[in-house]
Amino acid sequence: MSKNAHSARNDQTQKGQQEQILKVENLRKTFGGITAVADVSFHVEKGSITGLIGPNGAGKSTTFDLITGVQRPDGGEVEFNDTEITGYRSDQVANQGLVRTFQIARELSEMTVLENLMLAPQNQAGEAVWRAVLPRARTQVVEQEKELREQAWEMLELFEIEHVAHESAGNLSGGQRKLLEMARVLMTDPEMVLLDEPLAGVNPTLEEKLIDRLHTLKEQGYTFLFVEHDMDVIMNNCDTVIVMHQGSVLTEGQPDAVKNNDKVLDAYLGEEVKI
Amino acid sequence: MSTGSLQTWAEGWLGNNDVRLLIALALAIGGLYALFSVVLGFQLNGTVNTLRRVAFLSAIYAMLALALNLQWGYAGLFNLGAAGFMAIGVYTMGILTAPVTASPPGFGLPLPVAIVGAILVTGIVGGLAALPAIRLRADYLAIVTVAFSEIVRLTLRAPEFANTRIAGVAFGTGGATGLSLPSNPIRILFYTDPAATAPAPNALGAAIFSAVEPLGIEQTLVIGWAYVVALCLCLGLLYWLMIRIGKSPFGRVLKSIREDQQVTQALGKDTRLFKIKTFALGCALMGLIAILWRLSGGYASPRMFKPIQTFYIFIALFIGGTGSPTGSIVGGALFASLLFEGPSFIRRVVAEYLQLSNAPDTLVGALAELGTLDITPLLAYSVQDVSISALRLMLLGIVLVYLMQRHPDGLLGHRKAIASSVALSQQATREDDNE
Ligand SMILES: Nc1ncnc2c1ncn2[C@@H]1O[C@H](COP(=O)(O)OP(=O)(O)OP(=O)(O)O)[C@@H](O)[C@H]1O
Ligand SMILES: [Mg+2]
Repeated sequence: MSKNAHSARNDQTQKGQQEQILKVENLRKTFGGITAVADVSFHVEKGSITGLIGPNGAGKSTTFDLITGVQRPDGGEVEFNDTEITGYRSDQVANQGLVRTFQIARELSEMTVLENLMLAPQNQAGEAVWRAVLPRARTQVVEQEKELREQAWEMLELFEIEHVAHESAGNLSGGQRKLLEMARVLMTDPEMVLLDEPLAGVNPTLEEKLIDRLHTLKEQGYTFLFVEHDMDVIMNNCDTVIVMHQGSVLTEGQPDAVKNNDKVLDAYLGEEVKI
Repeated sequence: MSTGSLQTWAEGWLGNNDVRLLIALALAIGGLYALFSVVLGFQLNGTVNTLRRVAFLSAIYAMLALALNLQWGYAGLFNLGAAGFMAIGVYTMGILTAPVTASPPGFGLPLPVAIVGAILVTGIVGGLAALPAIRLRADYLAIVTVAFSEIVRLTLRAPEFANTRIAGVAFGTGGATGLSLPSNPIRILFYTDPAATAPAPNALGAAIFSAVEPLGIEQTLVIGWAYVVALCLCLGLLYWLMIRIGKSPFGRVLKSIREDQQVTQALGKDTRLFKIKTFALGCALMGLIAILWRLSGGYASPRMFKPIQTFYIFIALFIGGTGSPTGSIVGGALFASLLFEGPSFIRRVVAEYLQLSNAPDTLVGALAELGTLDITPLLAYSVQDVSISALRLMLLGIVLVYLMQRHPDGLLGHRKAIASSVALSQQATREDDNE
């Protein structure tokens, strides 16, 4: 499927009325003297692919950290599926169905690729230590493990890394690690995924395939918010684009509108921009 | 057969079979001590007793290493207070079983009840002790636990608690003198009334005692060996438990916490709960193992639970390699037999065959003589009875440095079992589908 076909379909979906799955209001975070996130507000529509762009240091990754509880915000609110999740721990956020990948892939390097995937599913019966050990209860654990194993293999095939299934994750190439991280968050069976530069270091052929996957998954009802520096990818695949600059949202809108916004161009060229 | 092909053969035979490896290790250690006994001219009773002591210590240290491996090897929890939790287990059991009329008095409960109580108390105290530190980095937990274990030891030693009354209940720790514990429970297999001063053997006891008597083997030795056999059963059970845990989804989460807590949490696991549970379980096991250790001796005293005790368990774990239960047993057995018991046997062998005189008073004095290229003063110093613990510490230091240089992961540390309750190959998945 070509990228143009995607954007044609995106235009169609945008006509329908959509509900907001993620609402971010006035999020703030300072590190010492640096204001990483000054005042960020935006909404993400359920079932959309939303792009989050901005120059280096704009505060995109920090915004992800604040939404997912990796860092505590100094102010502001996050609402997911109409539940306020501000200040939740990251495991609580994940249990709500909102998961994220990290910009620098954080594979569990001493564990194999399969172990990485088997770890991810939530509420596994065998995570209670007594069930993992007592013979009766353990049959249930083994049954579940077999199901997870099957899911894991499907996921490996989807991301075309089945040939490294038994390899330690630490031995993977940079691009493979990115794929593993995406596969791993999908194993948690989320509703919405925050992807922090998932395509960085992935070769063009695979990039094409991954983008196709995103669209397939979107069709199945997943929502994506993703950070990417490649403008073509953003413009051709996103329903909405949010532009950040120096810790604030510069503008937000459909790809074409954003593309022709002078402020965005100035921000990327490193010029003074009035927000 | 040349040594090269012998080695290949041995590696092939032992390579992927942990049980074979452990049996071979037990035979090797047994053989070594049988040799020591022959060299030292022991009678049969003495030889069998030497083997019993080595087997006993090996089993205890193997179990302690397994429990510590659960915390440190599996979950990366740096527990420098193992000795404190061992003390809590032993003393809780001792105070619960001590007769109400004894001095210091206790609660007079039956031994099995007291053991269950002690396991629960140790587990709960372990969980609470870790609570404030568990959210912080590994080194904070280490500081908190080492301080905690010293507080426990000093409290047990304090005269104020030796024989006390709190809220109308009289009990005591015995202070620096220590606490007597119930007699060895395995005696029940051999005597009709094990509590009596000169108990009469039951049918089994009579049969076994009369069978070994002509060989010069004493009754206490039979009991001692029976206890060691029971310990080995416990060790087997604990080994099995640890493998099960390691391969379970629970173990998988621990493995990932050890590697990257933030990622684990981002995947929806409440890492704090996993860590507290693991820490409490490990502490409870340490309490139980310490009870098994002290029950054979019949008493406990605070000086058995100094920080050096924790250090010993860590060495055992480092030798075998963290993360692998088989490694813990190998490390525990090698530590107990070679590093802990070895020096005193070497001393005895040296003293038997070399006539050494004029031992210097201090290690420094002994080392100073090395300047004149004379090693006799060092040898003479080393084989004195009083310098065994100094010699042991020196040996431990050398082993640690060697391990860090050559085998930073321990002898078996590279053997990482896959954390899954089922085989993960694609073929296994397909076979399942065809069932
Ligand atoms: N933990 C931290 N401590 C101090 N400063 C930080 C921290 N994390 C981020 N910052 C600062 O906050 C600002 C925003 O960083 P952030 O990583 O969010 O940018 P980004 O938009 O993701 O950039 P990039 O496109 O390069 O990934 C930067 O100036 C960065 O130096
Ligand atoms: Mg970033």
